[in-house]
Order: sequence, then C-alpha cells, then structure tokens
Amino acid sequence: MSKSIVKKLGLACLAVGVVLGIILWGGFNWSMELTNNEQFCISCHEMKDNVYQEYKTTIHYSNRSGVRATCPDCHVPKEWIHKVVRKIQATNELYHKAMGTIDTREKFEAHRLELAKHVWTVMKETDSRECRNCHKFDYMDYTAQGRRAIQQHTEGFDQGKTCIDCHKGIAHELPDMYKVDPSAVLLKH
Amino acid sequence: MNMQAMLKTMLLGAVLVCATQAFAEHVQSLRGDSSLIQDTAPPEVKYYEKDGQPIDRDYLQQPPLIPHKIDQYRITIKFNQCLGCHSWQNYKTRNATKISQTHFESRDGMVLANVSARRYFCTQCHVPQTGATPLVENTFQPVEVMRH
Repeated sequence: MSKSIVKKLGLACLAVGVVLGIILWGGFNWSMELTNNEQFCISCHEMKDNVYQEYKTTIHYSNRSGVRATCPDCHVPKEWIHKVVRKIQATNELYHKAMGTIDTREKFEAHRLELAKHVWTVMKETDSRECRNCHKFDYMDYTAQGRRAIQQHTEGFDQGKTCIDCHKGIAHELPDMYKVDPSAVLLKH
Repeated sequence: MNMQAMLKTMLLGAVLVCATQAFAEHVQSLRGDSSLIQDTAPPEVKYYEKDGQPIDRDYLQQPPLIPHKIDQYRITIKFNQCLGCHSWQNYKTRNATKISQTHFESRDGMVLANVSARRYFCTQCHVPQTGATPLVENTFQPVEVMRH
C-alpha cells in the first residue's frame, strides 16, 4: 500500500469520526436538553397538577421584569457532569411514575415532606448551587436590600449558612412542617 | 279606586321617582358613579412599604402593625410563615419580635403549649402598611402615652 492511500484512509476515518462525533455527541446533548425544559417537566400530571400550580403564584414564575427561573433552572445542575448524574438519578422518578407512587393529590401530600427533604438535603450539600447560578452572594448590594434582609444575609453568610437554610418553600407549598418546626404550625394533625 | 285616588297615587309616584333620581346623583360607590357598562380607569396600585423599624402603637391594645411586606407569605394549616420568624422558638435567630403571651390562651383563658387556633391567623389583626391616604377624613389623635 502506498503512503498516499494510507493518508487518504486516515483522512476519511477522521472525517467520518468528526461527523459521527457531531451527530452522536450533539444528538445526545440535544435530546438531554429536550428533557430539560418546563414543558417536558409538566408533561406528567404529578408535576403539572401539584408543584407547577403552586409555582405559578411565586416570584420565580411571574415578576416585574419577566425574568423567570423555570423547573430545570433550580432542579437540574448546569455543569455537565452534575447534570448527567442528576439525569441518571431521575430514572428512579420514572420507576415511581410507572408504579403510581404519587399519582393522586392525597398520595402526593402524604409523600411531600419526604420529597421536600430530599431537595433540601441536596441543596444543603451543594451549598445551594442552583440558586447561586443566578443569586451570587458576592454581588449582592446590601444597600438595595430591606432592613431584615441586610441583617439576616450578613449574619447568615458569616455563619456559613446557605440559601436553603432559610428560603424553604419559596417556589412550592411547604409540607406539613410540624416535624420540622412545631412552633410555626397550628396543631399536631 | 276612584279617579282622585288614582291621580294622588300617580303624583306621589312621580315625586318619589324624582326624589330617588336626585338622591342617586349624590350617592357614589367606591368605584365612582360611572355606569356599569363603561370602562373606568384602573385604580392606582398601592405599594406596601419596605422594611422599616417597628411602628409605634396609636392606642392601648392595638395589634402591632407589620413594618414590612408580606405579599408572598402564606398562612396555612401546615405552616405559618409569620411564625417561621415570630414564634418563641425562632424570634432570636431571626431577629424578630416574638408573638405576645396572650396568643397562647384558649378562649376559656387556659394557657396552651403552642399558639392558640384563635390567634393563628395573624393577618386578621396585624396588617402591613401602604402610603394610602384615609378614605374618610377624621380627627383621630394617637394616645399621648403611647408615643416615644
């Protein structure tokens, strides 16, 4: 075989590799992004009828400037590795969708505390990474904040607290909080 | 009915109709006296005042006013967001005012272990403030001894 044929073969392989790479890698990311938007999230009724309805009344859905944080902005990491890990974990949610674990409002309410605790734990572990994609401590202008916010933020950051330590239930209704904070609940029920 | 009685009744009716119309011209509902089918200018949006210092009371036993915005706060049977800061358990870490001891009493005067159901719905008595002018003019003066 002459050198020129080897060279041609090599080039052809490279070209095929590049094209395949674009198609496969691009296709993988493209299809992952398809599952990474609000419309996909609320295509199952568990999301649409429960958490989505509650989210619609909050500032992350509607506000003065029209900038929104949709489901994946808070619930799916932006960095690729973390995103893929979260997507693999989501297969567990597919299993429970098939089993109908929370397919009625009553079942959902019964599991709400457990589900909320999962999210709180993850956010605590990641130092509220998804919140901080937009809300960066270092760029907060305390003079533009309210009296309570200045006090709570400066003290909280000094103590190494993270967003979720205080800001629970900002986009969805809280579960029955009796087990978390009995002083802020009417009665044991 | 004779002719005279009928005339009297008609006259009385006419007077009544005129009087009602004259009266109606002076009566205004809160939306003004425009007709129902007419579009009116939307009322000005009232903005709650930003966080401030606690507001002085104007009379004894006045429920303290809320010196901050509360528009996203919820009070449900599962959680009372006000108590998330103002309960006895939380007020110190949140630098908030704690709820009064009276809030732990049942209607029979029994002291309960937690906030009483009759005091649970904060906004029944405690309200945030806007810069609105009073709807009705009045000469109310705050009690002298309540002022700092």
